[in-house]
Amino acid sequence: MLSVLAQQFDISGADYIAGQEALFAGLAYGLSALGPAIGIGYLVGQSVQAMARQPEAAGMVRTTMFLGVAFAEALALIGFVVFILLKFA
Amino acid sequence: MTGVAERYDSATPEADIAKDLVRRSVWIAPALIAGGAIGWGLHGALSAAVGVGIVVGNFLFSAALLTWGARISVAFVLGMAMFGYVLRLGIITVVVLLIKDLAWVELIPLGFTLIITHLGLLLWETQYVSASLAFPGLKPTPDLDTTSKE
Repeated sequence: MLSVLAQQFDISGADYIAGQEALFAGLAYGLSALGPAIGIGYLVGQSVQAMARQPEAAGMVRTTMFLGVAFAEALALIGFVVFILLKFA
Repeated sequence: MTGVAERYDSATPEADIAKDLVRRSVWIAPALIAGGAIGWGLHGALSAAVGVGIVVGNFLFSAALLTWGARISVAFVLGMAMFGYVLRLGIITVVVLLIKDLAWVELIPLGFTLIITHLGLLLWETQYVSASLAFPGLKPTPDLDTTSKE
């Protein structure tokens, strides 16, 4: 797609590479944020179900849920760091 | 009544874990700041300090949102977790994009500090939580103390 746009608008090589960098950096961050979002949704959904079924275990469930959410979020943070390093470093 | 409309006012395990993570970050931060200083000088140290601050703030905000959600209802926890995830990721992105052009910001130590602090603190905390969940007797409770006095 980028190569077609580059030919149509007569974009130079440097601009073309910069465009590709921006596209793939954004794609890396977007995809890395998508996976944890699915994981967190599933994890918290299961935790809510567990708390509703067994309220006396809510403390333990919330503890492990919080840690699970934080671990899943680490993947998004890694994606974000890759994004800033690819795009700006 | 039990179910998804149940409120959890008394216990705040997320807040307890977040406070514990902050306490542990006091031990990790000097090492990371020293690493930043060795590799990138004063700017590296400052960037590493900002990275630790972002991660600690992220944990505290996450815990605050989940605790607040649990006080309303357990169903609200799901909303807070998902909305909070997007919100916190957005805040981190905006903060880093705002400071990235400042003269004293080095992106490489900042980025690596974000990852190392987040994963390091979590792994450290998980060891403690796993031990106390698997062996609840390791964690002293007020009830046990009362029993021992009697």
